[in-house]
Amino acid sequence: MTEHASAPLAGDAPFLIGEAMSGGYGTGPDILHGCTIAVNRGEIAVIVGPNGAGKSTAMKAVFGMLDLHSGSVRLDGQDITALSPQERVSRGMGFVPQTSNIFTSMTVEENLEMGAFLRRDDIRPTMEQVYDLFPILRDKRRQPAGELSGGQRQQVAVGRALMTKPSVLMLDEPTAGVSPIVMDELFDRIIEIARTGISILMVEQNARQALEIAHRGYVLVQGANAYTDTGKALLADPEVRRTFLGG
Amino acid sequence: MSDILNALVAITNFILIPATAYGSQLALGALGVTLIYGILRFSNFAHGDTMAFGAMSTILVTWWLQSQGIGLGPLPTALLALPAGVAATVLLVLVTDRTVYRFYRRAKAKPVFLVIVSMGVMFVYNGLVRFIIGPDDQNFADGARFLISARDFKQMTGLDEGLAIRSSQAITIVTAVIVVAFLFWFLERTRTGKSMRAFSDNEDLALLSGINPERVVMLTWVLVAALATIAGVLYGLDKSFKPFTYFQLLLPIFAAAIVGGLGSPLGAIAGGFIIAFSEVAITYAFKKVAGYLLPEAWEPDGLVQLLSTDYKFAVSFVILVIVLLFRPTGLFRGKAV
Repeated sequence: MTEHASAPLAGDAPFLIGEAMSGGYGTGPDILHGCTIAVNRGEIAVIVGPNGAGKSTAMKAVFGMLDLHSGSVRLDGQDITALSPQERVSRGMGFVPQTSNIFTSMTVEENLEMGAFLRRDDIRPTMEQVYDLFPILRDKRRQPAGELSGGQRQQVAVGRALMTKPSVLMLDEPTAGVSPIVMDELFDRIIEIARTGISILMVEQNARQALEIAHRGYVLVQGANAYTDTGKALLADPEVRRTFLGG
Repeated sequence: MSDILNALVAITNFILIPATAYGSQLALGALGVTLIYGILRFSNFAHGDTMAFGAMSTILVTWWLQSQGIGLGPLPTALLALPAGVAATVLLVLVTDRTVYRFYRRAKAKPVFLVIVSMGVMFVYNGLVRFIIGPDDQNFADGARFLISARDFKQMTGLDEGLAIRSSQAITIVTAVIVVAFLFWFLERTRTGKSMRAFSDNEDLALLSGINPERVVMLTWVLVAALATIAGVLYGLDKSFKPFTYFQLLLPIFAAAIVGGLGSPLGAIAGGFIIAFSEVAITYAFKKVAGYLLPEAWEPDGLVQLLSTDYKFAVSFVILVIVLLFRPTGLFRGKAV
């Protein structure tokens, strides 16, 4: 199963790569076993796989939220394996957690301001860009984010992460718990974000839809790469279809 | 007609004004408790004694100023000494945080551990204050005693009932309004204040946004020390300074914070006034008011007092129990205890 792990990416060196990562949370058992995840500049990479495959864990590993005892993470050619998540944010990585990803008691606008906390320059243009991307947030900017619907909350969460002007945006199941219509809408927005040159790395439950928009797909099984290819090729692969996409 | 006016004046004089002043003091105390709960996530039992320490530092500086002949005329000298008292208390809590609380924070200790730790800190502060200034009553109020005295009021209005506003009560209310306005402006409008609210709301996401937790914690202690000192000094001016009474204030202060909803600054203020008004109204003897309002034949023989003032703390306790039973998150939906 691991022979796909080191399959080279098309084109030049990837913008962000977590290479041969092994590790787990704290002193617990290893969850990842030599897992490799990478994304090119301005492309969308999607991590799919069955429950408990370590999809979210792999992404958290790339973001520095668990201890790796082997493997490395490189951003734009620089080794960032030793950096804390906070330091990675200041290096241009944006992360949207799966749950508790907004400040519920604060207004939409305050959520965006907090996203830009590290910035000392004028944040208005970025905020306008976020409002242009998610027009509904402009209307609701004075409302507490906790009062919004599930889909709108996810927009706030993504918007908050975009406020740092990241070069790579990591999304942990952005469509969890939202309706299919909202999901399509969110995927459209994610494609739009990628078009502006931001690399997207996301974990998705809705494997089929996610692979359709993915330049690159990673199928993880038990913390290791099972299949790695372009999203289209994975969708066309009869083996992947049969085992992971339900035929 | 004048009977009704006299009754109103009596109620204002014996309930509204004292309860508003006491409520302001409780609100300032409860704001400190609620900020610690919201941001450091534990119930700080040392808060009453932090107030005592702040008041004590202010008193020492006040005495020194008085001995130098420096004063504020009609205003109490303590107001001039207040910044020094705040500074001393800020220093004390920051040293405590560095030497005690930080260790437990790094170890990610459960909140209940921190509560016990804060009890230890409470005993240390308690001892410190008694060691420095002694356990007895201290008087440090000076300046004009009354804004309006009962006699002047009677002469002005010709009513039988007097209305007195002590200057300490007026100063308490004015100071509380200024402090609360500043606190809300700070929390709602400034970048730093918003980062504190963000940290209180969702610690992990605040870290992801680049908010420095140690800075938030430090700022919280500074605000809490200032609030505690101001509340302690105002209480001392209004009543008197005795270390033990500050320890006793813990119950009404916690009741106020919990009734309002722990972690909610607005709730702390509302809670402070609810507790103060209940306590004062329930322990007030309504005989005089009844005398004005009821026909002579119905005039009661007893004091018409629901509860003796000796039991005033029972009022906070009962309100606390009722809120915890029926609405544990408090009036303003704070965090469940």
